[in-house]
Amino acid sequence: MNYSLSPLGDQAIVITVSNEINEEAQTKVRLLSQLLDDQQPDWMVEYIPAFTTVTIFYNPVVLSGNKKLPYEQVKENIAELMTSVKTEGAGNPRTVEIPVCYGGDFGPDLEFVAEHNNITPEEVIRLHKSGNYSVYMIGFAPGFPFIGGMSEKIAAPRRDSPRLEIPERTVGIAGKQTGVYPIETPGGWQLIGRTPKRLFTPEADIPSLLQAGDKIIFKEISESEYYNWKEPHEDEDS
Amino acid sequence: MKIVKDGLLTTIQDLGRTGYQKYGVIASGSMDTFAHRMANILVGNKENEAVVEVTLLGPVIEFEENTIISVCGGNLSPAIDQKPIGMWKPILVKKGAKLSFGKPKSGCRAYIAIAGGMDIPIIMESRSTYMRANIGGFKGRALKTDDTINLRKTFSFEAGEQNYSEMDWGIANDIIPNYSSRPEISLIKGPQYDWFNRESQQALFSTPFKVSSQSDRMGFRMEGESLSLKESQELISEAVAFGSIQVPNNGKPIILLADRQTTGGYPKIGQVASIDLPVLCQMKPGEQLTFNPITLEDAQRMWLKQEHSIQLLKRSVSLKMKEELI
Repeated sequence: MNYSLSPLGDQAIVITVSNEINEEAQTKVRLLSQLLDDQQPDWMVEYIPAFTTVTIFYNPVVLSGNKKLPYEQVKENIAELMTSVKTEGAGNPRTVEIPVCYGGDFGPDLEFVAEHNNITPEEVIRLHKSGNYSVYMIGFAPGFPFIGGMSEKIAAPRRDSPRLEIPERTVGIAGKQTGVYPIETPGGWQLIGRTPKRLFTPEADIPSLLQAGDKIIFKEISESEYYNWKEPHEDEDS
Repeated sequence: MKIVKDGLLTTIQDLGRTGYQKYGVIASGSMDTFAHRMANILVGNKENEAVVEVTLLGPVIEFEENTIISVCGGNLSPAIDQKPIGMWKPILVKKGAKLSFGKPKSGCRAYIAIAGGMDIPIIMESRSTYMRANIGGFKGRALKTDDTINLRKTFSFEAGEQNYSEMDWGIANDIIPNYSSRPEISLIKGPQYDWFNRESQQALFSTPFKVSSQSDRMGFRMEGESLSLKESQELISEAVAFGSIQVPNNGKPIILLADRQTTGGYPKIGQVASIDLPVLCQMKPGEQLTFNPITLEDAQRMWLKQEHSIQLLKRSVSLKMKEELI
């Protein structure tokens, strides 16, 4: 696996496996994450996978046994680790459906995305529903999925200044990516709709509904469907 | 212990929710990790034990059992039963004693450690409060008036006149950080430093930046020279760290702190050296800082040196504790 290493401050190192977002980069990140989960090196505090990178947070004290700088030592340790990373076996992806009520108060930037791309808001919705999506990474906020595979015809830049509060479960667009804010948080994405589905459950063993690699289908629902929507397990109970 | 009166923002924090950032769960944890660790060491706790983080205007806390506490971090004029108490030292506190705070004299966050720790549930391997998601700490929120927290350990002391007694030893002054209201903060170049134009690179290290009022545990939004890229470029979102300085398109840098998100899509011009994070985190809105360049090498050397002295200090504190307290 080709990769490069660079520092993020004095206690983290970034492993970059690709210069662009694609399926191959995502698979490499997953394989590397699996390796780190299996090996749990004692100098590693934790790691954060992203689209094209895996960042490892390390403990400089554990790496300071010899005269070398901890950063030099961690580079050597990672080079050693990389020799045992697998090249296949990432498994079959799941498909998860996410209902979305587009526009209105739920999607205040739908018009902006339409104007930016010289198309109608209806066309933005149609294109957003019809992407061939997969989750490239979870990050930024608990359970927040960065979803790749969106049509470039509805791409839109981030806002110049992030909003201070975005309501939970809001669906947004930034560049060629789409995603969903699982909890209320500040953020700079263009907002186009909202889902009634919970993406983050802290009580669960794995708190995030989605994982890197999942296939996603966005299904349009009306406002009344939004308000009457129930989590699948709630249906079973009632 | 009982919260008789809540403060501005009083939360339970340990050293963070490690290991869940890969699910997008933020780390949280104490802002001033140095004061946090010292507070715990002084009462014989593990460094990671949960403490009470007090912000600017402190709470009033009544202890309903005998215990040992220490108060470290920013000087918010702590007092017991209206009498000023010393910081950075163990204090024997008797049942009925009331800890309160007054005028902020330096810094803005104080840390109260309690010997044996508090009875706070562990969620995702941490006791830290993550308020935005209502997770962890005390019911997922800041402490409020009339909240009662059980202590995991209590002590029996001899009856005496005073409701408390201070030990005559504590952390030496030369180890306590200088919580300046105009600090110089060491900064390592960030991963996208080279993306910024020369004027912005120079402004970063030669002009002051002010902590804006839109600042909290998640991050400090800074006001100062506008920072801009050589040419428009979109970053592929990647991990951020405690102290990462990201610059949105409006040119105003944001320093990411304890409640930071796990990843970010704005270019990072710098990374605050770990050794200077405690002083940074004690700054109040309206105060100014300047950034000094530091190499990764020097930042790591200084960190190792500090960790070494903390280990020595830990050993001597534990000897003292054995002699005098336990």
